[in-house]
Amino acid sequence: MRFQAASDQALLVYLGEEIGAPAHERVVRLLRLLQQEPIAWIRNIQPAYCSLLITFDATVVDHAEVQAKLSEYEPRAKKMPLGKPRLVEVPVCYGGEFGPDLDDVAAQQGLQPEKVVELHIARTYHAYFLGFAPGFAYLGDLADEIATPRLETPRKEVAAGSVGIAGRQTAVYPFATPGGWRLIGRTPLALFRKDREPMGLIAIGDQVKFRPITRAEFLAARQA
Amino acid sequence: MSLLVVESAGLLTTVQDFGREGYGVLGVSASGAADAVALRLGNLLLQNSAGAPALEMTLTGGTFLFPDGAVICLAGANFGAQVDGKVLELWRPNAILPGKRTVLGATRDFARCYLCVAGGIGVVEFLGSASTHLLSGLGGWEGRALRKGDVLPIGRLEKNIRRRKLRAGVLDGLKPEKTLRVTRGPQSEWFPEEARRTLVGGEFVVSEESNRMGLRLDGPRLAARGKTEMISEGTPLGAIQVTPSGQAIILFVEQQTTGGYPKIANVIGADLHCVGQLRPRDMIQFEEVSLEAARALWIEQQRLLNSEERLFA
Repeated sequence: MRFQAASDQALLVYLGEEIGAPAHERVVRLLRLLQQEPIAWIRNIQPAYCSLLITFDATVVDHAEVQAKLSEYEPRAKKMPLGKPRLVEVPVCYGGEFGPDLDDVAAQQGLQPEKVVELHIARTYHAYFLGFAPGFAYLGDLADEIATPRLETPRKEVAAGSVGIAGRQTAVYPFATPGGWRLIGRTPLALFRKDREPMGLIAIGDQVKFRPITRAEFLAARQA
Repeated sequence: MSLLVVESAGLLTTVQDFGREGYGVLGVSASGAADAVALRLGNLLLQNSAGAPALEMTLTGGTFLFPDGAVICLAGANFGAQVDGKVLELWRPNAILPGKRTVLGATRDFARCYLCVAGGIGVVEFLGSASTHLLSGLGGWEGRALRKGDVLPIGRLEKNIRRRKLRAGVLDGLKPEKTLRVTRGPQSEWFPEEARRTLVGGEFVVSEESNRMGLRLDGPRLAARGKTEMISEGTPLGAIQVTPSGQAIILFVEQQTTGGYPKIANVIGADLHCVGQLRPRDMIQFEEVSLEAARALWIEQQRLLNSEERLFA
């Protein structure tokens, strides 16, 4: 465990130095313990691949005190159960107007577009954390054969439900937002709804699988 | 129930309170007033709760009508507010008669003016806050900026508002500065000494492409040594992240909650309200302080802002 001051009111806790299950399991276990035994002066917890960003009430504690408290929590967190992960299935209509970058990704990787789709649906992905926007889950790890860097110039607007890839990550855009990931398809599902419990379709620690659907199925699901 | 009628909305007017902190696990950033100090003082002058929902106007204000009348307080930037051709003073409760138009124009000084209403503005809360989160269209008034023709419920006047006044000198210590104090960021070591010197010695200009999510800065480039992409991690409010091209971006209230660019520095809590009052083309500078100094400044500011005795005459 490594600590790093991030701001005058925030501390980064690193539980590993590379993306993967070992570091992320420690992140989730510590998060679960902090949720189970909340600390009053913690204002926010932002988990990521290998770290937790802890924002604290600086009128009550300083970095050293936060560090001491978390050092007490972490060994106990090792015993926190992770539970059986939820499996979330996301139907996706690949290519065409819904996946404007599918052909580019295929060309860059020397593959047929169908092969890109095949590789994208073959794996079950792990939801590392939610960031960027409400309900935006960072999913990994993408097969090396289709890992493609972000666009050099991000789009000003990406349609809600768009499925993108960036490096060895994949994700679904919950809202129409700017975005730099390469878009290969779109889901008719709502990723985040404030009138639903839970609001997010995907939560940290979930397993996610993509399933190809036709354009007709996409449109039918949209109307339902 | 009384009403607020939007006759014209201004450039970008949203409902804001202190925001919804604590939902990072859902990927939800806090949002909230860009200048939380102005929001607080405006509300307290009306004897509202400090974080009652108010209108946050950006650069140019709107025209508003209160069919049943209202008591309002304008706080933050001076948008030249008038009623019937008479100037409406900032930082004091003003009774607006039924049917009179409150007209705001272009800013004369800073970026944001808050229109606080006695009794607050009634919107449906999302995750415990009335704040609008524009990127996701959540919270506030239908999740969006106000438009001409919107009619918002406002709190009923329960009591006569005592003519509260700020003590002389209170605003001097809370004035939005153009020199922002920063502490070192978590990746400050990724940058050569020269880049760190440039950050605190150089002059930066707030780009037109700045909003509640972040302020892009034009000016000297701050190239990191070697690799520029890191493993994405949580990003604190006020983080100064540097893109691969060396451009600095201050992450602000509607920020992305995680990011993969190195963070060279972080604006201190006591100066975040200053960020909320920066306009495009403003020239700004940074000054480095220690974590201990930043914390002392924050504690002192919070003490002042929570002391009615020290704030009001």
